[in-house]
Amino acid sequence: MTEKKYETIIVHSAKYYTEYTRKYRNRPIWEQPNTNYVYSFIPGTIIDVHVKAGEKLQEGDSLLILEAMKMHNNVQMPFDGKIVKVHVKPGDKIPKKHLMIEIKPL
Amino acid sequence: MSLKRNILDLRKRKSEVLKGGGEKAIEKQVAMGKLTARERILYILDEGSFHEYDLFVEHAARDFDMENKKLHGDGVIIGTGTMHGSPICIFAQDFTVAGGSLGLMHARKITKIMDHALKMRVPLIGINDSGGARIQEGVDSLAGYGEIFFRNTLASGVIPQISVILGPCAGGAVYSPALTDFVFVVNNISKMFITGPSVIKTVLGEEISMEELGGAKVHAEVTGNAHFYAESELECFDQIKKLMTYIPWNNKQKAEKIEPKLPKKKKKIENIVPGDPKMPYDIRDIIQAITDHSEFFEIMEMFAPNIVIGFGRLNGETVGFVANQPKVLAGVLDCDSSDKAARFIRYCNAFNIPIVTLEDLPGYLPGVDQEHAGVIRHGAKILYAYSEATVPKITVIIRKAYGGGYIAMNSRHLRADFVFAWPTAEIAVMGPEGAANIVFRKEISEAEDPEAMRQIKIEEYKTKFANPYVAAARGYIDEVIEPEDTRKMLLHALQVSANKSVMGPGKKHGIPPF
Repeated sequence: MTEKKYETIIVHSAKYYTEYTRKYRNRPIWEQPNTNYVYSFIPGTIIDVHVKAGEKLQEGDSLLILEAMKMHNNVQMPFDGKIVKVHVKPGDKIPKKHLMIEIKPL
Repeated sequence: MSLKRNILDLRKRKSEVLKGGGEKAIEKQVAMGKLTARERILYILDEGSFHEYDLFVEHAARDFDMENKKLHGDGVIIGTGTMHGSPICIFAQDFTVAGGSLGLMHARKITKIMDHALKMRVPLIGINDSGGARIQEGVDSLAGYGEIFFRNTLASGVIPQISVILGPCAGGAVYSPALTDFVFVVNNISKMFITGPSVIKTVLGEEISMEELGGAKVHAEVTGNAHFYAESELECFDQIKKLMTYIPWNNKQKAEKIEPKLPKKKKKIENIVPGDPKMPYDIRDIIQAITDHSEFFEIMEMFAPNIVIGFGRLNGETVGFVANQPKVLAGVLDCDSSDKAARFIRYCNAFNIPIVTLEDLPGYLPGVDQEHAGVIRHGAKILYAYSEATVPKITVIIRKAYGGGYIAMNSRHLRADFVFAWPTAEIAVMGPEGAANIVFRKEISEAEDPEAMRQIKIEEYKTKFANPYVAAARGYIDEVIEPEDTRKMLLHALQVSANKSVMGPGKKHGIPPF
């Protein structure tokens, strides 16, 4: 009966029967960041994409231009590597944390 | 020569200004389900007590053709009156006049009544219903906001400041309410945000309605900006009037004492609480079993409901209750609940209201989201607030008082004046399960049947530590009491604390972990 009626919270190995709040239910769940995925850090519009799949690039090379808050953000290659896949094209309006480009180190 | 002509002229002038933004604008206001600014003031104050000032103030805009425009009262009504027979200051922005927009003279009227409230040491109620800064007046309107924020801060902790959001309150304007003690919102009417939906859509591409972005429910439940939520303006005014019965008129006074009443007997207090410390119950039932007439006036009911705060009376005297709520999230402390409780504790301390803490929590909420949201600095707020408070501080430990949570919830170590514990109290570094796993790790892992051994060791730990007597032996709690005696002990503790006087080290102010 207890298990059905209540949610549970575990603190120091003890399981407590209780209710959740909406905010708790919607809390962000932590994920290990994957450095091979380049996500948008702000919602905006893709102005230009400078790379194609298979291309080899050096750290600091420009990947694309993301316009947000009337600013052109130059998104750069975080390390020496290769483009695996491009998920956006110029004109795309994308939300925050949208996967733009997959890369991998050389 | 008779004065009649002058008097008739005055009356004519007054009646002209009292029309506010005119019939059409008032019709619009009513169509939005809103009362007019003047009606609101009359509902809030004692009947016939309102006196208005600065009725004939005119705006100071001289650009964009504004010099030829008449704005009655410059979009805000200020004055004094009484509530429950005692004087208060009040202002109400009039949305029917240029959208209640704030220009230089509009702001001057507000700061005038604020100065008055502070000087006279009487509460200030501000009704916000404004489209924001009057763009035509440029930097003068920004100056106006700044002057208001400064006075909000100056008056903070001296006189009660109450903000009522009865319309839009956007951009810089939101910071005046945010600096005040209590913010009231009404469903479908209140709207508060820094950046509105249209700008958010243009620059970020995120589409959201005004209600979802900054409506009453959002501020009552998600952001914690609002303290009281109502379904209608009239309900909201009743909430304000009720709140004012619990608080003193300024920081040199005590809240008015009223005729003491016994709690209504529903059921025995000990039958409210399940014996198993892992099972929930509603802590508000305990509060109501203790308070005069079983009345409890809850504050921020919807935000961080894992801690309960609010006012009740003991022997006719206002007391601030801070209580863990096992019914929600097992009553844990987290970022939001720490923030909520800390601010309330500081309010009570500033206004001479004794604090009663009811404790039953397993500790702080574990989780990456909590750690990354800064549960360390938010959690520290509650320690800070309790430690610096010099009003009478009484704690009753109902069941669990574990670890950091035990320390934070007004423990003896933060200079609680009285700490009582029910015989069900468990004061320990952590619950028996967690502690046994650590203390008896070796015995458990080396046992033939680790699970059976774990249970044995948990029981062993429970018998030894899951009780109030270890802490009682150290004097960390003053007395183990029978649940039925809780009210009696609280009344006595308050009586003994009536002339409490403590002196801290002299300082300008502390540096709380905001």
